[in-house]
Amino acid sequence: MEFVIISTLNGLSYGLLLFMLSSGLTLIFSMMGVLNFAHASFYMLGAYGGYTLSGLIGFWPALVLAPLITGALGAAFERASLRKVHVYGHVPELLVTFGLSYIVLELVQLIWGRVAVEFQPPALLQGPMFTLIHHPVEGLSWVWGAAGALCTDSSAGAVVCSPFPATRGFVMLTALAMMGSLWWVLARTRTGLIIQAALTHPEMVEALGHNVPRIFMLVFGLGTGLAGLAGVIGGSTFVTEPAMAATVGSVIFVVVVVGGMGSLAGAFLASLLIGLIQTYAVAVDASVLDLLEALGMTLSAAARENSIIKLTVSQVAPILPYLLLVLILIFRPKGLLGTREG
Amino acid sequence: MSIASTRQATDPLAAGLSTPALELKGVRKQFGKTEIIRGVDLQVQQGERVAIIGPNGAGKSTLFNLISGRFAPSQGEIWLQGHRIDGKTPYQVNRLGLSRSFQITNIFPKLSVFENLRCAVLWSLGYRYTFWKFLADLDDANDRTEALLESIRLDKRRDVLAVNLTYAEQRALEIGITIAGGSTVILLDEPTAGMSRSETSRFVSLIREVTQNKTLLTVEHDMGVVFGLADRIAVVVYGEVIAFDTPEAVRANPKVQEAYLGTSGGEGGH
Amino acid sequence: MSRAVYAFEPYNVGRWIIWSLFAIVLLAAPWVFKSNLAHSMLSQMGIAMIACLAYNLLLGQGGMLSFGHAVYTGLGGYLAMHALNAVSAGSLSLPVSLIPLVGGAGGLFFACLLGYVTTRKSGTTFAMITLGMAELVSAMSLMFSEFFGGEAGVSGNRVAGTPFMGINFGPQIQVYYLIALYTFVCVALLFAFTRTPLGRILNAVRDNPERVEFIGYNTQHVRYFAFMIAGFFSGIAGGLGALNFEIVTAEVVGAARSGAYLLFTFLGGATFFFGPIIGAILMILASVLLSELTKAWLLYLGLVFLFMVMYAPGGMASLIMMNLRVASFGHLRRLWVAYVGLGVLAVIALLSAGAWIEMVYHLQLNSALGPTLKFAGMTLDALSVRSWFGAGFVLVTALGLFELARRQYRRDWDEIQVQIEQEIKRREAL
Repeated sequence: MEFVIISTLNGLSYGLLLFMLSSGLTLIFSMMGVLNFAHASFYMLGAYGGYTLSGLIGFWPALVLAPLITGALGAAFERASLRKVHVYGHVPELLVTFGLSYIVLELVQLIWGRVAVEFQPPALLQGPMFTLIHHPVEGLSWVWGAAGALCTDSSAGAVVCSPFPATRGFVMLTALAMMGSLWWVLARTRTGLIIQAALTHPEMVEALGHNVPRIFMLVFGLGTGLAGLAGVIGGSTFVTEPAMAATVGSVIFVVVVVGGMGSLAGAFLASLLIGLIQTYAVAVDASVLDLLEALGMTLSAAARENSIIKLTVSQVAPILPYLLLVLILIFRPKGLLGTREG
Repeated sequence: MSIASTRQATDPLAAGLSTPALELKGVRKQFGKTEIIRGVDLQVQQGERVAIIGPNGAGKSTLFNLISGRFAPSQGEIWLQGHRIDGKTPYQVNRLGLSRSFQITNIFPKLSVFENLRCAVLWSLGYRYTFWKFLADLDDANDRTEALLESIRLDKRRDVLAVNLTYAEQRALEIGITIAGGSTVILLDEPTAGMSRSETSRFVSLIREVTQNKTLLTVEHDMGVVFGLADRIAVVVYGEVIAFDTPEAVRANPKVQEAYLGTSGGEGGH
Repeated sequence: MSRAVYAFEPYNVGRWIIWSLFAIVLLAAPWVFKSNLAHSMLSQMGIAMIACLAYNLLLGQGGMLSFGHAVYTGLGGYLAMHALNAVSAGSLSLPVSLIPLVGGAGGLFFACLLGYVTTRKSGTTFAMITLGMAELVSAMSLMFSEFFGGEAGVSGNRVAGTPFMGINFGPQIQVYYLIALYTFVCVALLFAFTRTPLGRILNAVRDNPERVEFIGYNTQHVRYFAFMIAGFFSGIAGGLGALNFEIVTAEVVGAARSGAYLLFTFLGGATFFFGPIIGAILMILASVLLSELTKAWLLYLGLVFLFMVMYAPGGMASLIMMNLRVASFGHLRRLWVAYVGLGVLAVIALLSAGAWIEMVYHLQLNSALGPTLKFAGMTLDALSVRSWFGAGFVLVTALGLFELARRQYRRDWDEIQVQIEQEIKRREAL
């Protein structure tokens, strides 16, 4: 039971991290029509920036500063480069961000090296947020923080303690806070309304006197800043290494396509779905072979050696998001909640 | 005053065939909660020239989109030469003999004028997804394209990239692409939009020439064009056809006068 | 009256000359560049040309941006390698020279399988799907070790079966000529494709996919067929690669390779047929020579690509063609001084920027070797202020002069363009 709870929470926290990233991507795409191939690169910059800054000024100030710097870099890139290719169409825009991803990767490796760095979460977030205790006699209960002596005390029999890391909890908290403030800014403030308008009718908004190129720059900076924020949190929770952009990058594109291009709600749904699927899959060590044997079927020795049947779910876990992509494309091409034909 | 209205009576085609070229029965279309087309019934006979007029936002382009397959109607039926076409994809509708042009020029910018037209003739001549024959060897396609070029009077601009043409030339190319496939039913969406006086009158004679013996539906705002070209006029207001009759009858129709032409008693053409 | 009766089309001498030259270059290249390294690079260039041209079928001709082209070259390579091993084991009797066709069949098969879903969408969504597919196949390569050979990959021996007229494809030069033959034939076929109805409709789909539907074509089918044809030629390239290297590993389906195809095809020029050929040559030069020269080569590549997209989106091919156009109107003489000047300043600026980058890389990666490094014939001390300042000063000066020269060049160029336009109008009026 505690496995389900912890795994679900883990899956949700990973999914919410994915959403932090894919929401920025969706925002930029809805707004400007450009799919930012380098979005995960800004995630990486946020992580590395957070790592360096937290070494200098502490984690909590770094949590605020690193996303701001990342956002500023994003806005600067938009101004210097993306804006110039806007006239050529969407494909060159995508290619420019593609080129940027190469450059950022090389620069990161240049400055911080090619091995993973130890980005430690702050003392407050180290250790578990809460622990589920499965007592053989008393059943399931939970305590805040670590359970301490209870878990090591084996006098009452096998006590199973399942801690839920505080970092993961913090990811969820930040993601939800971010969602809330994003919604509030877009729906309730004047700037948000202008952004929403420029989303579908940029020329009209410009005719009304608003500086649409500047709005684009701000939105791009906002999106990349969000990626940077996700980077600080993700980097300290999971791992900070040069490959982190590539691993998470392709997943968030799957999220965006599965959720429906341009749909924030769809991205939310798809992020959680993929987060849960991957987390559960990694934990399941059964294969089709096990399933068949559990059903009482006996197979010949040759069949049992078949590599496909022997594959465990956890081994297949990395490709599950992409399988989901293929399924969605076959059965529901416009995505879960897609509004525009991409 | 149109002499075209007398054409229909003596046209053996129209007299002989009973199947309408195009028929709409109870067609409705809504986008979300807004109903744009609110029940349209229309019958266009073979070889007829129908002009569709109406105030902006009445749903004229939407009707074209429904007929040509860009959208599917929410309700109702659309029949083309006796085939049911509502809900079919644009290419399916085109293969059954209907072609349309667009209000905003919709050509292939990086291909030359000749290539634009040749692409449009390929399917109707049976060259599907052929990759084992050279275009240069397709005599029928090339001959048909040359003839088309001459009929839309762009033969001097044969190898110019479509994006480099003047606006009027692009509109001519747009029509050329539309009639290239030999469709029997042609839909022209505001063909003379944005043209000057002289360009318009030249263009209208072009349209008349290239759509001989074809069924033509055209959305137009220019009343001079409408009354000079059309056998019958359909007046569309708020998604409904409030009149569908000969130009004189439409001009005199009080509902039309009130809704569209103004109540000053039938101004009509310029 | 049919135009065909009256038309006189002069024998297209120019085209025959170009193709003959191409064949001669392919034949003679190994005699001009004699070293083993050169032969290996020429072989790789031939393979890359087929792969990049197949890629440009999608990108430049169809407007389909794919991030997963290596899937088809790679899977074709794997299939070819398995076929080669079957020939070696005697269970398949197929001449080694036809093994690349097995690769082609493999590429075609997988393009057929995966392409149906992939071509359902277009534009940005299509690009994302290809990315997802590439990741899918890449991740699967670690799972199905029978087909993919796990970490070690699948290796084989191209000296298999019975030799034909003494040719057993052992020596590199024999492999090169096989590749050259395939390259010539594939390039010719791909060029011919551009002159077929499907090829032209594919261009129309690139220009205006919606309009194509209204002239009777199912746009998705057009894309799907083009995808399969590109897959076939990609598979041939993969098969030739399998023969050339005698091993296929997971990197042949990897994201890095797909990225390289995209990068270099675009760099060479997607808007002209011969652009990818230039791109292929650059690709091999960069990955073999440049990577030896400096550790920062990917950074340079990314920067060059970025500037290309921003300032010359038609790639090198478009730059060449634009200047050919200027030359054909007789104005190139005015520009060559500017080109020389710009070139010299650019080289100086690049070298000084390169000095900085190399010094940083040296500190980062080779610090065990001490702070000095050799660069462009000079010795730099990565820890001394003088090296940094010196390079910086040269960089700033060169950039400043470059910008001045560029502005003048721009003025001259625009003036020439206006003159050319006027000349064209004058000729039309005749």
